[in-house]
Amino acid sequence: MKLDKVNYIYGQGSAYEMYALKDINLEIQDGQFIGVIGHTGSGKSTLIQHMNGLLRATTGTIYYNGEDIYAEGYSMRKLRSKVGLVFQYPEHQLFETTILADVCFGPMNQGLDKNAAELRAFEALRSVGLSEKLYEQSPFDLSGGQKRRVAIAGVLAMKPEVLILDEPTAGLDPKGRDEILDQLAKLHRENHITIILVSHSMEDVAKYVERIIVMNQGSVMYDDSPKNVFRYYKELETVGLAAPQVTYLMHELREKGFPVSIEATTVEEAKQEILKVMRMHD
Amino acid sequence: MTSLMVKARQLVHEYIRRDEEGNPIATHTALDHVDIDIKPGSFVAILGHNGSGKSTLAKHLNVLLNPTEGTLWVDGKDTSDADNLWKIRQNTGMVFQNPDNQIIGSIVEEDVGFGPENIGVPTDEIWQRVEDSLKAVGMLKYRSHSPNKLSGGQKQRVAIAGVVAMQPKCIVLDEPTAMLDPNGRKEVLKTVHELNKKKGVTIILITHYMEEVTDADYVYVMDSGAVVMQGTPREIFSRVDSLKAHRMDVPQITLLAHELKKAGLDLPDGILTREELIEALEKLNESFKGRNTLCQ
Repeated sequence: MKLDKVNYIYGQGSAYEMYALKDINLEIQDGQFIGVIGHTGSGKSTLIQHMNGLLRATTGTIYYNGEDIYAEGYSMRKLRSKVGLVFQYPEHQLFETTILADVCFGPMNQGLDKNAAELRAFEALRSVGLSEKLYEQSPFDLSGGQKRRVAIAGVLAMKPEVLILDEPTAGLDPKGRDEILDQLAKLHRENHITIILVSHSMEDVAKYVERIIVMNQGSVMYDDSPKNVFRYYKELETVGLAAPQVTYLMHELREKGFPVSIEATTVEEAKQEILKVMRMHD
Repeated sequence: MTSLMVKARQLVHEYIRRDEEGNPIATHTALDHVDIDIKPGSFVAILGHNGSGKSTLAKHLNVLLNPTEGTLWVDGKDTSDADNLWKIRQNTGMVFQNPDNQIIGSIVEEDVGFGPENIGVPTDEIWQRVEDSLKAVGMLKYRSHSPNKLSGGQKQRVAIAGVVAMQPKCIVLDEPTAMLDPNGRKEVLKTVHELNKKKGVTIILITHYMEEVTDADYVYVMDSGAVVMQGTPREIFSRVDSLKAHRMDVPQITLLAHELKKAGLDLPDGILTREELIEALEKLNESFKGRNTLCQ
């Protein structure tokens, strides 16, 4: 996917004209695991809604697999089945009487018959780690984390090539959060789908993604690996973000004279780094 | 005699599911013989996974629910006595997860004044309370703004001001930061701590963010409707493995210290902050240096 000079302007020509996206140039390679961070109102949600054609850029072009999605005759419907979008609190959109029926809705809408749709649903539900015993139950009897997994399965069942998730872990307990993120990592690893994760948790982003896009005031502020992005923790703070706790720790240790590398962004990296330094004494 | 702000004894709540004719078909025990003591002016955090009973407990504190069994006293008043209902609700303010569901006024100060007006506070005093509470949450300069132009953290602070304007003795916050960005989370936490310290308001904070708990006076961990762990943050976070068994986590720094200790570094249990970890590492470093000099 490629975004070329994309602008999105609210109320163009009126006194309230406002750029929600400003001159966005991005290339998203196949199979990447990307995190999008930014404070509330920075343009993250507007950005991802452009990626599957829910919002149309005021100016600029978006290419999917080399095709201009705004070209005449381009099927937005097809784009949306290739680029799956999981909204915030997707469990609010569950509506069917059974879990299986709910997950079948997407593939049946794509024109698959019941059997083929159910096969897809089984596969999707398995890949989000939901026990088969539950498939015939009402989705409304599940816990928050389980409901969310059903909702994600509903999008996965459409076999998207790109999966975009808007804060998929908001409101979940730590275990539920880890379960969802681990499952996404597994999907990425085993099925090679491209994942774009919008998140408010710097710790989660640092742990899972290979590339971070930082949004601020409708523009891309940074677009780099977690290590390189979190190096700018001071700048991130000025736009309402932060670095993971361990990154701060490494900086502070360094100031106190410990010869640690300040690049660590996860607990594991910090641990290795501190152990290396402490063992120099032995 | 100093009475407790909240006292629960063997508190039970059962949700009853009914079929279309209204016959009960299943019961679910959301609170299972809970004992809780919360002192006036303290800052207490309640942790627990989704569905552990935290929010059910919060609803009891504000008498949105009544006990199936057991007794709950809020500020010395039994919540099952209907005569106490309004007194308790005035004394116990609630703040919920989604700021957009809690704000009703079209201007910040009107929203904050809604509560006091509703209970018949004289007009002059309403304005005084609005000003005081907006000041307390650091939102005074936005008093004539429209709430829908504010950030999530700012909206949540307005929601808190609306509760503060009722002059409650106790504020219950049910995952107030779940939908906020890091800055919003920081703003809200700072506000709540200030209310606790400066105004002496008892704070009961329900959260999934372990980092928000480190400054609390006391922590309760719930699982399957029961209190399964309780103690100071340091006591609770020293038990990394039991917390994980209850689907909880520890702050990132505590986890790192725990991992370092497992790898053989001689660190104390229950390290909560970066400062503490740095201090412990420095001490360790000194002792290594001391030992090396002795060897030479």
